[in-house]
Amino acid sequence: MNEEDLIFIPQRWDLKFHHAAGETGTRFFKAIMEQKEILGKKCPKCKRVLLPPRSFCERCFVETTEWMKIGSEGTIQAFTIVYEKFEGLPDPPYAIAYVLLDGANTAMANFVKGIDLSDIKKAFKRIKIGAKVQVAFRKKRQGRITDFWYELK
Amino acid sequence: MKPRNIGIIGVGQTKYVTRRDDVTLPELAREAAVLALEDAGIAFNDLDGMVFSLALDALEGTEGAERWCADAVGGRRIPFIRVHTGGATGGSATHAGFLHIASGLFDCILVIGAEKMGETPDAQKVLNQIFDPVYERSVAINAVNMCSFQAARHMKKYGTTEYQMALVAVRSRKNALRNPHAHIRKEIKVEDVLTSRVICYPLKLYDCCPRSTGACAVVIASEKFIKKLGKKNIAWIKGIAACTGTYYMGDRMDGSSANDHADADGLFLAAKRAYQMAGIDNPRKEIDVAEIYAPFTSTELAAVEALGFCGKGESGKYNEKGLFDMEGGIPVNPSGGVLTANPISVTALARVAEASLQVTGKAGERQVSKSKTAVATGEGGSLQFYTVTVLSNKT
Repeated sequence: MNEEDLIFIPQRWDLKFHHAAGETGTRFFKAIMEQKEILGKKCPKCKRVLLPPRSFCERCFVETTEWMKIGSEGTIQAFTIVYEKFEGLPDPPYAIAYVLLDGANTAMANFVKGIDLSDIKKAFKRIKIGAKVQVAFRKKRQGRITDFWYELK
Repeated sequence: MKPRNIGIIGVGQTKYVTRRDDVTLPELAREAAVLALEDAGIAFNDLDGMVFSLALDALEGTEGAERWCADAVGGRRIPFIRVHTGGATGGSATHAGFLHIASGLFDCILVIGAEKMGETPDAQKVLNQIFDPVYERSVAINAVNMCSFQAARHMKKYGTTEYQMALVAVRSRKNALRNPHAHIRKEIKVEDVLTSRVICYPLKLYDCCPRSTGACAVVIASEKFIKKLGKKNIAWIKGIAACTGTYYMGDRMDGSSANDHADADGLFLAAKRAYQMAGIDNPRKEIDVAEIYAPFTSTELAAVEALGFCGKGESGKYNEKGLFDMEGGIPVNPSGGVLTANPISVTALARVAEASLQVTGKAGERQVSKSKTAVATGEGGSLQFYTVTVLSNKT
């Protein structure tokens, strides 16, 4: 059969969800919204402070019990600078980094803002593993991970 | 525990392409089923169970498309299950097939799947959805930048260079020229890779796999079944193992050496277990060829280290020395690998199929000479699910 004779059936998925952040996630977001504070949770056994906070430690398989205040400064552990447009994702360029914030034992992902990414060579000289960053908060916070981001120090 | 002797007796692969508008998903899957049964020399009534290899529903745009495909692959009247561990799906499906037979309850299983990425709007929009909605999805993480984080960390930790990564792409493309099933069959030079547009730094266009459409199937059988069939030249499954890492990539960035996102530590453990089961002490000497699930150049670097072909951080150097070339000590991805065809649902299954062809001497122009033992891997989730399968031409 000729290709131009083939019939195509258009379909789209458009599904709305309301995902619960859970009590642990809710407390984390409330602290960001109300106090501009980042909270992690400590494992009573291995003493690691997990960030983002989780109600259990995946290594010791016990409940985490203690909430810990995390510092607003940290170091980049991994990063990427995105120059490609992906459907449904932000317009490039943008940078994402995993940052080990002071007081946490696990790194948390977020955008790195406040830096000109138009020149890639210049950008990756500044955004690198080991670079120091500072957390910056959005003025109107909504209880989303995007209520804050990282800025190079 | 030593299970029954179990082998792969048939392999079926379509050519991997951008689109297949002449067939529906089940019709595409059927092509591989027919080819695999023909290769095995059996009829579909000989099958006593089926494992369907199908990854993300949203890539297909059909919820649970295994239902749609069951009739087309010969699933009627026999047990049928679907396996999904993301990119590792085909590896996990192979293991599920093996375990059916190892249990003693089954003797002949078809492991089959199909993928139609040509109908997927933007795979990365879908792959962003694998990240949790509470903490990570809104940070625009997808499969490409997930691997970029690994690449950046490998570069920092070991001094791996973009040039060394580019060599992986060049070799894969070169190998694919000899594989009629490969999707991308066009040679490139290191310079082409290095100057290709940046997708997610440090990964550039030619560091990345294509989006492919195609189907793959393998027939797995017990020794009892194989003897009754009178079939010779079998790819015996000597070792299988899987290992799961943490979901959150940030949990692999705390500086502890046994758990680093730079390294495929889950693959390291899976390989160790699979080698132990297969009685392999020195993989560098005892493995003749490897088919590795690596959708990005940097993913392969971490994988060859995890498989014990070289030490941690040495893969870049050994790529420069040509260790993984067709004429090298351990040819990696003679098929061209995932960088030249990535039909996600069956990509890891195609690694098993290719490894099977290698140990039975049926790999055509891409045959590695005298290959007796091969390893095939799968990687899925957030560089999280790992599968290793060791095949040999001896029981």
